[in-house]
Amino acid sequence: MIRAENIKKSFGDAEVLKGISHTFETGKCNLIIGRSGAGKTVMLKILVGLFQPTSGKVWYDDTAVSTLSKKEIRSIRMQVGMLFQGSALFDSMTVEENIRFPLDMFTNMTAKEKMMRVNNCLERVQLEGVNGKYPSETSGGMQKRIGIARSIVMEPKYLFCDEPNSGLDPKTALLIDELIADITYENNITTVINTHDMNSVMGIGDNIALLHQGKLVWNGNKSEVMESKDQLLQEFIFASPFLQRLRDAAVGK
Amino acid sequence: MNIFYHLGRFLTLLGTGFTRPENFRMYWKETMRQMDDIGVGSVVIVALIAIFMGAVAALQFAYQLSGQLIPLYYIGYIVRDLAIIESAPTITCLVLAGKVGSNMAAEIGGMRQKEHIDAMEIMGVNTASYLIIPKLIAAFVVIPLLVTIAASVAMVGGYLAVVPTGYLTDSDYTRGLTAFFDEYNIFIMYVKSATFAVILTSVSCYQGYFVTGGSVELGKASTNAVVISNILILLSDYLIAVLLTGY
Repeated sequence: MIRAENIKKSFGDAEVLKGISHTFETGKCNLIIGRSGAGKTVMLKILVGLFQPTSGKVWYDDTAVSTLSKKEIRSIRMQVGMLFQGSALFDSMTVEENIRFPLDMFTNMTAKEKMMRVNNCLERVQLEGVNGKYPSETSGGMQKRIGIARSIVMEPKYLFCDEPNSGLDPKTALLIDELIADITYENNITTVINTHDMNSVMGIGDNIALLHQGKLVWNGNKSEVMESKDQLLQEFIFASPFLQRLRDAAVGK
Repeated sequence: MNIFYHLGRFLTLLGTGFTRPENFRMYWKETMRQMDDIGVGSVVIVALIAIFMGAVAALQFAYQLSGQLIPLYYIGYIVRDLAIIESAPTITCLVLAGKVGSNMAAEIGGMRQKEHIDAMEIMGVNTASYLIIPKLIAAFVVIPLLVTIAASVAMVGGYLAVVPTGYLTDSDYTRGLTAFFDEYNIFIMYVKSATFAVILTSVSCYQGYFVTGGSVELGKASTNAVVISNILILLSDYLIAVLLTGY
């Protein structure tokens, strides 16, 4: 479980987050949604420890990570995996070396054990046999899956995904969502996903937090989205005329 | 104010970098890769510059000494000491600041922009250490070796400029090379090359590490790495000369 406690963040005079409190639950896909500029990325970076909040605390289970020293944070990060929007795969390394990097850096596993772990992760993301390829030789969707494989290779307790579907076709986007959800449920980990993809919201949104102008304005799950009368949520979710028609048809208008 | 801000941030970055590595084997591997990049990747350009540096020095001193009462074998002596004390360490490191330094700034800056540094940080890697210290160690070891090569090649360049052309005999040039030799000059050369190595590496890494924005900012960081390194190299060249020669 990850708990944000009255998180505020300012850059100069601009207050980006205005006191957000929310609990991201274990074994669930926790989504942070909102329009561009709502503060989603800043919130995710604070949760993962890349930014320090101006005030407030972030708790990983019973540990307040935002008050830890850099050294202490590094030890916590062994339990964290993150999928970046642009995948952030190291260009000069092969797929296998990318995935193996955290194992090489932090474990005393034998070469054989590492190879098995890497192959298991690649199998998990349905990418067997690409070990020797470089990231530039793979497609955008494959890079996301390699990114997922790298983020789970250390068997993290907390998984963060920044816009996992951006730039992908709808089918591949669904595949990535399913993959993240399956990993979350199978391993019973806390997954936090930053997205504005409506398919993700309705597909894997177990615990959704809607940010608007730096504030948490709505919280619920995917089945509560349709029933909610919250104006900001409705405007955000059903922004396109196509989705509005679908909603109207669903509620029998 | 701005200088103090950068100085503080620079020292903090280096302070963060000098910690116990997470995994010595990975750092060793990275240091070897950097040694290969800096050393093997630069040896041709360094040798090329050094050969002309020695050749031009020999020719110009030959021109200046002609008609004087100074013995001609002094050409070899002057080329040797000029190469060892000044031109080999300084010119080589100014060139390396352009070649290696800009490359380091661009590499680390690119990693910053493509979120590779964030990815490593989230894994728990001390990026200030993993990305900078192997480069510093590699440069500290390899650049003095490159400077040694440059000084040797410069002397060969001087020989090629004045001996085959018939201006000086082989024995005169060799006599000059071995005349009045003071080992202390070698010490000055290594102090200079090691200092310049640390300057060009740390300044370039700093410029790359804190890149923000896009390709324009990356280009600026790369340019700043070269310009600031060059200024600091020249400044420290003067200070080392004052300190080590006692003048």
